[in-house]
Amino acid sequence: MSKYFSKLTSPVIAVILGLIVGAIIMLVSGYDPIAGYSSMIGGIVGDSYYVGESVRTIIPYILAGLAVAFAFRTGLFNIGVEGQLIVGWLAAVWVGIAFDLPRIIHLPLAILAGAAAGALWAFIPGYLKAKFRVHEVIVSIMLNYTALYVTNYLIRNVMTDKLDKTERIADTASLRSPFFESITDFSRMHWGIVVAIICVIIMWFILERTKTGFELKAVGFNQHASEYAGMSVNKNIILSMVISGAFAGLAGAMEGLGTFGYAAVKGGFTGMGFDGIAVALLGANTAIGVVLAALLFGGLKAGALNMPLETGIPSEIVDIVIALIIFFVASSYFIRWIAARFKKGVK
Amino acid sequence: MEYVIEMLNIRKEFPGIVANDNVTLQVKKGEIHALLGENGAGKSTLMNVLFGLYQPEQGEIRVNGKPVKITSPNIANELGIGMVHQHFMLVDPFTVTENIILGKEPSKGGKIDLKEASEEVRKLSEQYQLRVDPYAKIADISIGMQQRVEILKTLYRGAEILIFDEPTAVLTPQEIKELIFIMKALIKEGKSIILITHKLKEIMEVCDRVTVIRKGQGIGTVNVNETNPNELASLMVGREVLFKTEKTAASPSDVVLDVSGLEVKDSRGVSAVRNLELTVRAGEIVGIAGVDGNGQSELIEALAGLRKTTAGSIKLNGKEIRNLKPRKITESGVGHIPEDRHKHGLVLDYSIGENIVLQTYYQKPYSKAGILNSKRIFEKARSLIKSYDVRTPSEYTPARALSGGNQQKAIIGREVDRNPDLLIAAQPTRGLDVGAIEFIHKRLIEQRDAGKAVLLISFELEEIMNVSDKIAVIYEGEIVAIVNPKETTEQELGLLMAGSKRMEAGGKQNV
Repeated sequence: MSKYFSKLTSPVIAVILGLIVGAIIMLVSGYDPIAGYSSMIGGIVGDSYYVGESVRTIIPYILAGLAVAFAFRTGLFNIGVEGQLIVGWLAAVWVGIAFDLPRIIHLPLAILAGAAAGALWAFIPGYLKAKFRVHEVIVSIMLNYTALYVTNYLIRNVMTDKLDKTERIADTASLRSPFFESITDFSRMHWGIVVAIICVIIMWFILERTKTGFELKAVGFNQHASEYAGMSVNKNIILSMVISGAFAGLAGAMEGLGTFGYAAVKGGFTGMGFDGIAVALLGANTAIGVVLAALLFGGLKAGALNMPLETGIPSEIVDIVIALIIFFVASSYFIRWIAARFKKGVK
Repeated sequence: MEYVIEMLNIRKEFPGIVANDNVTLQVKKGEIHALLGENGAGKSTLMNVLFGLYQPEQGEIRVNGKPVKITSPNIANELGIGMVHQHFMLVDPFTVTENIILGKEPSKGGKIDLKEASEEVRKLSEQYQLRVDPYAKIADISIGMQQRVEILKTLYRGAEILIFDEPTAVLTPQEIKELIFIMKALIKEGKSIILITHKLKEIMEVCDRVTVIRKGQGIGTVNVNETNPNELASLMVGREVLFKTEKTAASPSDVVLDVSGLEVKDSRGVSAVRNLELTVRAGEIVGIAGVDGNGQSELIEALAGLRKTTAGSIKLNGKEIRNLKPRKITESGVGHIPEDRHKHGLVLDYSIGENIVLQTYYQKPYSKAGILNSKRIFEKARSLIKSYDVRTPSEYTPARALSGGNQQKAIIGREVDRNPDLLIAAQPTRGLDVGAIEFIHKRLIEQRDAGKAVLLISFELEEIMNVSDKIAVIYEGEIVAIVNPKETTEQELGLLMAGSKRMEAGGKQNV
């Protein structure tokens, strides 16, 4: 049976069920689900502008999803992606503003600053876990708040004089792409998609092809056997968090250098870091799965914006659909059970 | 005599394999009936069918002569069938009584009546001479006691037929004796027992009849008093099995392992290995005999670099390796078949191939400049799988999916293949059937004959006596005697293991 329900089947069923229940909710609330979903799809792929905006939305989803998935695969739960994303965002923007360099140096430097800041932020829970066995979930949740308020303070008091957002980054550090903008009817689609795809390949490569990945996964599966085999458990715990945090920091850097071009004081979390958990869950923690899940969630989020315009259905309905999909993925055991019952009944 | 349980011509298929084919098991009232078979022969499948976890494709089950359909463990319970699992299903922070009544709590006005329940548990415990304290916490009692709680659980639910799944695998020799006593007490009270095992000695000691399964096929049922271990072994394996491991005399040469004055503390900080002296020479197998918990685990972990030592020296070929990192020790020529293959020996979620390079993955040709060469890794795996007869669908199969014997063969293949100067084999045959045991003993002797040093640690006296060229007896963390297996008896070893001093010359005197 487990073979029959391959890795792909249960997420696909979860998505279909989520959409169906979403439709029922629309019906009950007096909206036309068919019109609702078609306007949503229109908002994803309706014309080139929407496609561009959807791609732009997907970029941080991919990177946040990779961050969570990478930690998961190595036995850690990085719930601090949100905080790592926020510090990555600010660090990238800071480098983008502070330096005056040729593009070929400035842009990579700003991107790397984002990755490094995220990595550093994730290093803290990794180190504490390795050294004192403090659970990474607790530390990284607390660091989310620390990241939020520290970056707000820095924007208000250090980078500006009591303003709510920084100045714009230099053009030499920007990911904006006149080319992408021109082919997508001036959407905000930017070069970040290339960075995201490179990171997908990097994650796959590290985990599946390198000896570092072999160690990271082994430690995640069985610390005792890894230690017996001569691997350093503590080193690998820290390394896993650092790599995960670097992906998260990049997600923030993409927003800072691509979509917005500045960093602003935030009233609350961006939510992208937490959505990354859902993306990783739906994508079964594999590189390619994360891409597919990010396409779905990013697409739904982008398409949702079109629903109130065309049909008057509130865009929040899409948040409900996403929540339902997560619910159904999490209860995939339940789905399998029902399917097994059904199969038996047919027999 | 009537049968309490009859499983007639049972067939159970899983995708791709037939786990049980035409197996018949008939249990008489008041007997201890053994179900004997190699690892992976289909014993557990058959019992899971009886316990309602699997539905058979063919065949009939009768309880007290009446045909029944057992579709869930609850129905099995109602029919008076109880299972004592190999891996206990107990809630550690709960008391004995709380665990026993779990799922069948007696209540008074919506409140659990713990007092009455404890009283009933106490009565049951007395009736069957289990001597369990109803108020003790599971976390505080020994493994043997926990097993008795599992037995009480089935009795509390009114079981008439008790299935014991490899009950002695986790017990010390003393606890095994007590368990056998309990099983006999149960029979006296009119219960019937099905004992799943592959230990022939136990069958000969307690069972009335034995049903043998080989590769899913029912081979037949024999009366224990009309058979002998040799016959049972060949019925089980399907060929003649040699119990005495054949080997020539050892020709020890240079000292490979030289341990002196070693001190190791256990996890609680209590001294576990004290002033330990031990040498192992090339070309000999030294067996460490002792009752579980006399410092064996700590000694092995210290030798392998998994536990810090506080004093003394461990020399390998004259070089100090004490307190080096595990990798350094491995690289300096130590192979280690760990005591707990699931905890230390394997990453169960990794494929067999990945497990085979678990210590060498970073070396050429398995990786170069940090990149793994999976072609080379799985080539190596294929060749080891072949030469060590690891039965697995492929080298990509997760280690978890293999039977214990095959997992162990893979570990032994991995360790021996690195050609270490010293091979530490800790409980290498625990939980394995005679066929696999024979195979593993042969490999150990081969290593010896190739001029390597072998250190064998085992709680099975028979194994120690059979395989070793020299026996070192460990008691309370010290080697209290070195004896020649040809000149000693199980009785003498037993006394030494229990701490009585050896008086003859040649033995090491200790205070």
